[in-house]
Amino acid sequence: MPSFSHFFETFIDSYPVFFKGMLLTLQVTAVSILIAIFIGLFFAFLKISKIKVLEAIANVYIYIVRGTPLIVQIFIFYFGLSEYNISGFWSATLALAFHNGAYIAEIFRGTIQSIDKGQMEAGRSLGMTNALTMRRIILPQAFRRALPPLGNQFIIGLKDSSLAAFIGMYELFNVATTAGSNNFDSMTYLLIVAVYYLILVFLLTTIVSLMEKKLSASD
Amino acid sequence: MSEKREMIKIEKLNKSFGDLHVLKDIDMEVKENDVVVLIGASGSGKSTLLRCLNFLEIKNGGKIIVEGKEIDPKKDNLNKVREQIGMVFQHFNLFPHKTVLQNVMEAPLVVKRKNRSQAEKEGKELLEKVGLAEKADVYPSKLSGGQKQRVAIARALAMKPDIMLFDEPTSALDPELVGEVLSTMKQLAREGMTMVVVTHEMGFAREVGDWVFYMHDGRIVERGEPQELFNNPKEQRTKDFLSSIL
Ligand SMILES: Nc1ncnc2c1ncn2[C@@H]1O[C@H](COP(=O)(O)OP(=O)(O)O)[C@@H](O)[C@H]1O
Ligand SMILES: [Mg+2]
Repeated sequence: MPSFSHFFETFIDSYPVFFKGMLLTLQVTAVSILIAIFIGLFFAFLKISKIKVLEAIANVYIYIVRGTPLIVQIFIFYFGLSEYNISGFWSATLALAFHNGAYIAEIFRGTIQSIDKGQMEAGRSLGMTNALTMRRIILPQAFRRALPPLGNQFIIGLKDSSLAAFIGMYELFNVATTAGSNNFDSMTYLLIVAVYYLILVFLLTTIVSLMEKKLSASD
Repeated sequence: MSEKREMIKIEKLNKSFGDLHVLKDIDMEVKENDVVVLIGASGSGKSTLLRCLNFLEIKNGGKIIVEGKEIDPKKDNLNKVREQIGMVFQHFNLFPHKTVLQNVMEAPLVVKRKNRSQAEKEGKELLEKVGLAEKADVYPSKLSGGQKQRVAIARALAMKPDIMLFDEPTSALDPELVGEVLSTMKQLAREGMTMVVVTHEMGFAREVGDWVFYMHDGRIVERGEPQELFNNPKEQRTKDFLSSIL
């Protein structure tokens, strides 16, 4: 183990490269999660559509995501998309979106179905269409209920973005392993990168719980 | 004396859930300004009947004629029909993520596309009417059951329906809160609202009901004016039911 003063000095000195890596990590995570939310919502709707074919499509998607390692998914996207001149950044981001989308679909499906069916009936009885009731009444409540598990999934997505290192993305983890081997000091750099991840997870958790607070005004 | 307008007329209404035949050849007529009270044991089909009237359940057979027009669930725009028919539920079904005023304004805003200031003005008047003006900006979770149900009534009235359906509006309430909801409903009846009310409140039925229908096992087995039906029931099943609840 490195001494604390050595760790601390290296932490300060390496700040510029880690900062760059952190920005890339944040970009990959934020963009992939954003896309994953739309994918998740889409497949959640397929699953609750009560139309067999659509349900089956959603089930196959979720089954594939769950049944294969994320690193395999990332490489498949990477090699598959390189044909079309799509950058490593987008390969990694889309792979992570594809992956997280399945879990987020299950989160939304669960929370949408957990909303009391009297809510839909109340909307319908007022002359609102199914779609309008879904959008104005059911989804806002389902989103609010989804927030804690979504927050969890965001954290998983953030940590999983480290796998983008394996297709050459110079994000946090790649910065740490590269600097570690260049300086024959892997342990110090791995501990440093762990601290970066902890800080990011802490910030993410804080943001999610602030949102939860804000949305709990009606409780 | 001019004949009162027919608001709802149903003929030979039948409804099944799978093998379960829940409504059997129901005939029924509700005239303008009438208050029709539906009574009957749990499971006799009262809720299903109400829900067929505003097409939350779709009948399997028979005719439903609303304000002179036979409604075909396959062809007609049911959302439009539901705009004319307000409904109040046993469990209120308020929108928990919206304030009291937002609950009342929601349908006028998004269904009737009223402008916000108009919807707000009318919403506040309705809250005034049900005695909850000071609760406009609180969320439903902060209200008592009786207050919730009065908001639900205001929310339904905001669409300016011609007919109001009530499905056991006081059954989920603590006894001391029943009165405030019933008096709101009585006020509505006095103003001439056409109402179909499922309730076990026989005092209410006697006081404001024009007709009482007794349902048993998917049929209306006896109907009459309240005094007559309560004091001189003709059918043995009606007698048994009345003695079981009084
Ligand atoms: N959606 C449904 N699916 C299947 N059965 C139902 C459904 N709704 C009501 N029923 C059945 O229909 C019968 C009548 O129910 P309901 O109309 O709720 O009676 P009531 O309101 O008089 O208590 C009951 O046996 C009930 O279990
Ligand atoms: Mg019922």
